[in-house]
Amino acid sequence: MAAFLARRLLGTSTSSSSALMSSARAFSSSTTPIKATLFPGDGIGPEIAESFKQVFTAADVAIDWDEHYVSTEVDPRTNSFLTWESLQSVLDNKVGLKGPMATPIGKGHRSLNLTLRKELNLYANVRPCYSLPGYKTRYDDVDLITIRENTEGEYSGLEHQVVKGVVESIKIITRKASMRVAEYAFLYAKTHGRKKVSAIHKANIMQKTDGLFLQCCDEVAEKYPEIEYEKVVIDNCCMMLVKNPALFDVLVMPNLYGDIISDLCAGLVGGLGLTPSCNIGEDGIALAEAVHGSAPDIAGKNLANPTALLLSGVMMLRHLKLNKQAEQIHSAIINTIAEGKYRTADLGGTSTTTEFTKAICDHL
Amino acid sequence: MSRRSLTLLKNLARNSNASCIQTRSVTYMPRPGDGSPRAVTLIPGDGIGPLVTNAVEQVMEAMHAPIYFEKYDVQGEMSRVPAEVMESIRKNKVCLKGGLKTPVGGGVSSLNVQLRKELDLFASLVNCFNLPGLPTRHENVDIVVIRENTEGEYAGLEHEVVPGVVESLKVITKFCSERIAKYAFEYAYLNNRKKVTAVHKANIMKLADGLFLESCREVAKKYPGITYNEIIVDNCCMQLVAKPEQFDVMVTPNLYGNLVANTAAGIAGGTGVMPGGNVGADHAVFEQGASAGNVGKDSIVRKNKANPVALLLSSAMMLRHLQFPSFADRLETAVKKVISEGKCRTKDLGGQSTTQEVVDAVIAKLE
Repeated sequence: MAAFLARRLLGTSTSSSSALMSSARAFSSSTTPIKATLFPGDGIGPEIAESFKQVFTAADVAIDWDEHYVSTEVDPRTNSFLTWESLQSVLDNKVGLKGPMATPIGKGHRSLNLTLRKELNLYANVRPCYSLPGYKTRYDDVDLITIRENTEGEYSGLEHQVVKGVVESIKIITRKASMRVAEYAFLYAKTHGRKKVSAIHKANIMQKTDGLFLQCCDEVAEKYPEIEYEKVVIDNCCMMLVKNPALFDVLVMPNLYGDIISDLCAGLVGGLGLTPSCNIGEDGIALAEAVHGSAPDIAGKNLANPTALLLSGVMMLRHLKLNKQAEQIHSAIINTIAEGKYRTADLGGTSTTTEFTKAICDHL
Repeated sequence: MSRRSLTLLKNLARNSNASCIQTRSVTYMPRPGDGSPRAVTLIPGDGIGPLVTNAVEQVMEAMHAPIYFEKYDVQGEMSRVPAEVMESIRKNKVCLKGGLKTPVGGGVSSLNVQLRKELDLFASLVNCFNLPGLPTRHENVDIVVIRENTEGEYAGLEHEVVPGVVESLKVITKFCSERIAKYAFEYAYLNNRKKVTAVHKANIMKLADGLFLESCREVAKKYPGITYNEIIVDNCCMQLVAKPEQFDVMVTPNLYGNLVANTAAGIAGGTGVMPGGNVGADHAVFEQGASAGNVGKDSIVRKNKANPVALLLSSAMMLRHLQFPSFADRLETAVKKVISEGKCRTKDLGGQSTTQEVVDAVIAKLE
């Protein structure tokens, strides 16, 4: 465990030397706090957002939170339940954190996630999956990052019925989007001290589409000779992941495979309640989010596990280059879970959200 | 009638095999006149293919099984499966094959897929189960993945719209979805399985996977004794690594089936031991169940350390398909005994044996 933490520390300290190519803006000076947008979300969202703010205040993180809630009516300017002000806020602040949002069922509006993704042009979804020391699952040595292309591929939503009983769905792969996500993946690997990038594909069957994706990854790989690069067919990848997840480091893949593999990896380490995630957009926009659901059955009962939101917040801090505080909070969370005294119900313990939060603040 | 009793007896044999490998006390009553050896097309394939198919040939000889093989050489780089091979398969109706390597990225379409489409082998079946004596991270795994084999994402319809933008069509038809759903439920019914789960992504691909689900739901109504539920594919993979015992029979479209089958095979012991095959209305092709690793790495080929267990168990399934159940039982019992003893295992199971050593051990254990 010490080696694992040391590796993370070493990995993040190299990021200060290289500049993230799209963030030309300096994020903070020592006096003015950074502004960031916070979407608490629905269900357990407000509780875990509260918990999150407590921990971050206790760690002296100088961030001004701009809270926005999903409204109950459709905003005609965005054609969804997300208001224009909320979107503008994220575009201005360039960083945000999002809790779980329940998409209301109905017609005539876009889903919330889709709105955010399209308006903010969030092209990569980054999900680090690592075994939490102290929380035992069947897999102990998982330490990998899945980077998933977020805008096109199988999720373009272009379907139609050709004749009755025959449906076509179109999968689109473009050079532009594939290059974008491949560049980000290698850059991420370099700045976080990762050794290997694996491109996951099914180009033996989908020769042109996944072939184009692979081509783009190949091109980017040539620019980073110090990072090992391999191509793995997706069925092989699934099998290797469940047999020996230590074989993988950074995985980059198109949309559908990314969805499946990132959830599979989340399952390896303990489920969506512990998984952080961050969406990267053009111009250096980063929207960290907790990917679990809004759990309406335990909402308001002080039973929710804030770990996913907290770890996503840590990812956001790293993106803002506030590495010292990110490390502090991260260690506090890891130590609290490792100790085992304070754990919420989904981890097998009996603590409430507030007790768990307090334990983390104590560990800071 | 004989097919029904066949599967009941297979069940009986399986149960008795699973508990404590012992001899049965049931007699099979063949139809009079059956006794001439059946011809089976054999395609050794690429990579580890020739090694493992050779293993099957040796074991069949040792058992004096009433089949003989017609061998044909097919390489993955060929652009089409040769006409004479197709002729032979159409005549014999049953084929055993090793993996055919599909070159990545360009030009040649997969021969495996071609074979399945031409013979209309619409169902691909993989049986993933824990083998006694083989330690894995997950217990109580016994999943059968039934995957639609002809359409979906593997339709092979791609084109470049403008340079830098490529489209691929995923086609789902009611006809094929119904067919595979019917096969899955009938399989569950005949093999005493309690639950069928449909795997989909209909929250995103509403029309395509929606059509698949509709077909499954309609067929489910005709089998009230079998529980039916649906699960989204990403959740499914997560559940597979966390709680695999909740799954029984899974029916999926083409691509998801590939992923789910390989994941399930991985958690149950690896793709080197899971049997499976492709079946259509008229023909059946048996091969290693899960597709990952069926061609293997060069290092394995050079050192002759390929795992023949998957193909041996698939050939047992083939023997049952050909209605030679007692040979199938003997073969399965021998293989399971070898695995449970643990002395002779290839590298992917944590041992050091070569293919030949495993084959010899299996032959020694044949009764």
